[in-house]
Amino acid sequence: MARTVTPARKLTFTILAWGIAGLIFFPILWTVLTSFKTEADAIASPPKFLFFDWTLENYATVQERSPYVRHFLNSIAIALGSTLLGLAVAVPAAWSMAFQPARRTRDVLMWMLSTKMMPAVGVLIPIYLLFRDLGLLDTRSGVIVVLMLMNLPIIVWMLYTYFREIPGEILEAARMDGASLWNEIRHVLLPMALPGIASTMLLNIILAWNEAFWTLNLTTSKAAPLTAFIASYSSPEGLFYAKLSAASTMAIAPILIMGWFSQKQLVRGLTFGAVK
Amino acid sequence: MTTMMRRLLGACALTALAMPAAAETLTIATVNNGDMIRMQQMAEDFTAKNPDITLEWVTLEENILRQRVTTDIATRGGQYDVVTIGNYEVPIWARQGWLMPLDQLPAEYDVEDLLPALRSALSQDGKLYAAPFYGESAMVMYRTDLAEKAGVTISETPTWAELLDAARKMTDKDNEIYGICLRGKAGWGENMAFLSAMANSYGAAWFDKDWKPLLTSDEWKAAATDYVTIMAEAGPPGASSNGFNENLALFQQGKCGIWIDATVAAGFVTNPKESTVADKVGFAQFPNKEGVDNHGNWLWSWNLAVPASTDAPEAAQTFIAWATSKDYTNLVAGKEGWLAAPPGTRASLYENAEYQAAAPFAKLTLQSMNAATPDRPSVQETPYTGGQFVAIPEFQAIGTAVGQQLSAAVAGQVPVDQALTMAQQIAEREMAKAGYPK
Amino acid sequence: MATRHQRGLARLMVAPSVLLLLGWMIVPLAMTLWFSFQSYNLLSPGTEQFIGLMNYRFFLSDPAFWAALTNTLLLVGGVLVITVGGGVLLALLIDQPIWGQGIVRILVIAPFFIMPTVSALVWKNMFLNPVNGLFAWLAKLVGAQPVDFLAQYPLASIIGIVAWQWLPFATLILLTALQSLDSEQLEAAEMDGAGAWAKFTHLTLPHLARPITVVVLIETIFLLSVFAEILVTTNGGPGYQSTNLTYLVYSLALLQFDVGGASAGGIVAVILANIVAIFLMRMIGRTLD
Repeated sequence: MARTVTPARKLTFTILAWGIAGLIFFPILWTVLTSFKTEADAIASPPKFLFFDWTLENYATVQERSPYVRHFLNSIAIALGSTLLGLAVAVPAAWSMAFQPARRTRDVLMWMLSTKMMPAVGVLIPIYLLFRDLGLLDTRSGVIVVLMLMNLPIIVWMLYTYFREIPGEILEAARMDGASLWNEIRHVLLPMALPGIASTMLLNIILAWNEAFWTLNLTTSKAAPLTAFIASYSSPEGLFYAKLSAASTMAIAPILIMGWFSQKQLVRGLTFGAVK
Repeated sequence: MTTMMRRLLGACALTALAMPAAAETLTIATVNNGDMIRMQQMAEDFTAKNPDITLEWVTLEENILRQRVTTDIATRGGQYDVVTIGNYEVPIWARQGWLMPLDQLPAEYDVEDLLPALRSALSQDGKLYAAPFYGESAMVMYRTDLAEKAGVTISETPTWAELLDAARKMTDKDNEIYGICLRGKAGWGENMAFLSAMANSYGAAWFDKDWKPLLTSDEWKAAATDYVTIMAEAGPPGASSNGFNENLALFQQGKCGIWIDATVAAGFVTNPKESTVADKVGFAQFPNKEGVDNHGNWLWSWNLAVPASTDAPEAAQTFIAWATSKDYTNLVAGKEGWLAAPPGTRASLYENAEYQAAAPFAKLTLQSMNAATPDRPSVQETPYTGGQFVAIPEFQAIGTAVGQQLSAAVAGQVPVDQALTMAQQIAEREMAKAGYPK
Repeated sequence: MATRHQRGLARLMVAPSVLLLLGWMIVPLAMTLWFSFQSYNLLSPGTEQFIGLMNYRFFLSDPAFWAALTNTLLLVGGVLVITVGGGVLLALLIDQPIWGQGIVRILVIAPFFIMPTVSALVWKNMFLNPVNGLFAWLAKLVGAQPVDFLAQYPLASIIGIVAWQWLPFATLILLTALQSLDSEQLEAAEMDGAGAWAKFTHLTLPHLARPITVVVLIETIFLLSVFAEILVTTNGGPGYQSTNLTYLVYSLALLQFDVGGASAGGIVAVILANIVAIFLMRMIGRTLD
C-alpha cells in the first residue's frame, strides 16, 4: 500500500479506536472485576476499580450452590450436538443448492429463513406437550433437536452463500482430470469448503450456547445448561452483585475464550455472501 | 490391577450393599430466596438420614419458577417431585387434583402446631395439601434513629396519615435517605400484593358481589393516589422497578426510613451479618386508614407440595416432613442462629424463649399472622377469599396487567386516575374472557 | 447441463433439511392454530371448548397489542439504525492504520459472545440501577440527578442493551467488507483528487450496500424475537412501554397460562413476521443475485 500515513494521524485514530473499543468492552471487564469483590465493595460508591480486597469467595459460594460442571458439560453437549447434527443435515442441502440450483432453490431458502421468524413462545405449550409424550423433557437429545431446528435455516443459508463462491469450474476441471468422486471430495471440495463450514460451526455454537428460551423451558436439572444456572442468580434476596458477577463470568468465560481464539475463522465465513 | 482400582471397586461394592434396592432421586423446584438456599445447604442432614434418596435442586427466580412449575404440573409433565408454591396456588391446584394430599406425615410432625390461618389456607376438604416452609404477614419496619432525628414517633398501630407524614419528615434525598420504600415492580405478587393490602386497609375491595371490578371506586383512588404521591415525594429513584428484594437491599444499606413489607424481612434487616442498620430497626403493625377496621389482611406462605405427576410420592413426603419439621428449625438455629430459622409456620417457634430473645419482632409477626382473615379480605362484602391477592386462577393475569398500569403511574408516566381507568378496563376484559360471573 | 441422475441426487440431498423444517413448522403451527380457536386456560382444565374467533377478537382489541406492535417496530428499527450506523463508523475507524488493530477487534467483538440473559442482568443491575449503578454514580459525579433509565426510558434502554450486543456483529461484517475493497480503486480515486467524503459516498458506501443488507436481514430475524432482555430488565413495563409482540405472547402463554389467547397471538405474530419476511426477502433477494 502506497498510502502515506502521518504518525500524528495514526496516533489520533489509535487513541480513538482504543477508547471506543474500551467502552464497548467495559461492561464485561466490570463484571469480571466485580466477581472478585466482596458484596459490600461491589456496590461501593465511589466504585472501586482495582484497589479492593480481591476474593474468590463468590466463586466458592456459586460453586457450592449449583453444580457448575454439570451445567457446563450440558452446555457443551447441547451446543456441539445441535451444531454437528445441523451441519450433517445442512451441508448436503447447501451443497446441492449451490451447485445444482433448481428453479425453486431461492424460494426454498427464503422460506427456510422465514421459519426463524416464528415467535418461539407461541408454540411452547404444543412443544411441551409433544416432548412430554415422547419422553424428551429434560433430556439433552430433546434440546439438541430443538436447537438444531431453530438454527438450521441460518446454517443452510450461511453454507449456501459460502459454497456459492466456490467456482464451479474447479469442480468440472477435477472431474475432467478423471478424479474419482472420493478424490474430488477430498482434494478439491473439502479444502475449499472447510473455512465456511468451520465458521458456520463456530457461529452456531455461539448461538446455541446463548439460547435461553428453549433451554430454560425444556430442561429442569439433568440436561440444564448454563442458561438455567444463571437464572437462579437474578434478583435474589439481599446483596448479590458480586455473586451474580461470578456466576456470569463462569457462564460467559468458556464461549468468550473460544470466540476470541477462533475469531479469525469465525469472521472469514460470517459474510453471508456479502463480500465478493 | 492397581490398589487404587481395587479400593474403588471395594468402595463400590460396599455402597451397593449399603444402598437399599430402590434408590430414588427427588427433583425439588424452589425459589432463590435466602431461606430456600439455606435449605439446600442443610440438605446434607436429610441425605445422611435417608441415604437411599438423592436430591436434585432446581433453584430459580420466583417468576421463572412459577412459570416452569405451572406449565409442568398443568400438562402433567412429571418433571418435579417436590415443588415450592404459594398459598395462592395451593387451594386452586388441590381442587384440580394436581397435588397429592400429605397423608403420610409422621406423628412427631405435629400438624396441630402449624399456625391455624395457614393450615386452613393449605387444606382442602380437611386434607393438608402442602406444608408451609415459611410464612409471613406484612408489617412496618422503620429506622428508629432516623425517626428520632426527624422528630417523629411511630406508634405500634399507626394510621396511614401518621405514617405518610413520618415518611416525608424522614426523607433526606441529598444524603440518599428515602423516607419510604414500597414495592413498585409490576406483578401480582410484587406491587399488587402491597397495593391490594393497602387498598384493603383503605376499605376497598377488588370485586363486588357480582364480580364487577371496583378499581375506580373512591377507596381505590384514595389508596392509589396516596401511594403514588408518597413514592414521588419520599420514595427512592427507580421505585417502579423495586420489588421485595430490591427494597430489602436498600433498607439493609440504610437508605430507607420506612419499609412496609413482608414480616419475613424482619429477620434479614435485624441480622448484623447482612444489614448495616441491624440495631436501629423498629416495628409496627400494618397501617390502616382511620375508621377502617382492616390491616391489609396479608397472609403468604411458601409451601412444599407433591405434584400428582411425581413418580416418588413417598420419598417426596419424607423430604417435606424433614424440611418443614421442628427438627429442621432447630437444625438451622443450631448452625446459623435463631434469626435464620424459617419464621411464620409453627406456634412452637413463637413459644420458644430463645427465639423470642433473638427476634424482637416475633410477637408482632405472630400477631399479624393471626390477625389475617383470608375469609374476609375486605370490610366490604366480597365473593372471593384472599387478602393481598384474590384467590381465583385469573388473578395472576389481572393482577400483573393492573400492576403494570400502577407501575407506570409510579414511574410518572401516566396520572393515577388514568392508570386506574385502564386497570378497570383490563380487569373487566379479563373477567369477561374468563366467563364471570360464574 | 446437469443430468437427471444428478438432479435426483440434489433433491435427495436437500430433502432432509426441507422435511425437518417443514415438520418443525407445520406440527406446532397446526397445534397452535387448533388451540387458537379454543377456550383453553392451563389453570382451568376441563373447560376447553371451541369458541371460534373469540381469542383473535380479544387479542386484536387488546390495547397492549398496538403498543406491542409499535414497540416491536421501534425496537427492530432502533437497533438496526444504531448497529448499522455505528458499525459503519466503527469499521471505518478500525480499518484505518492503527496500532494494535487485532486487540481492538477482539475487544469490539466480545459483546457478541455474551448470553442475552447475562448482558441484561449486568446492564440492569450494575449500570442502569438508579441507586447502585455506575451511571448513577457518573451522574452524581457531575452533580446531576441519577436517571432511572428502566422506568423513564424503558424501550430506549432495551434498545441500547440489544444494540450493544449486535454492534459487534455489524462491525465485523462491515469491516471484512471494507478490507476487501479494492485498494487500487481507492488509490485511483485519490489520484483524481477525490476528497475523503467523495471517496466515502462514491466508493465505500456502494461497496457496503450488500453487506449492510445482509446485516439488516440477519439482525431482523433475531430482533423480532427479542425476549430475554425484556423479561430480565422491565418485564414489559412500566405499562406496556417496553412490551414487544414476543413478550406479549409470552405474558399470555406463561404468565396468564391462556393457551388459547397466546395461540391466537402467536398466529398473528407469525402472519406479521411473514409480512416483514416477504419484504426483507425481496430486498435481499435482489442484492444477492
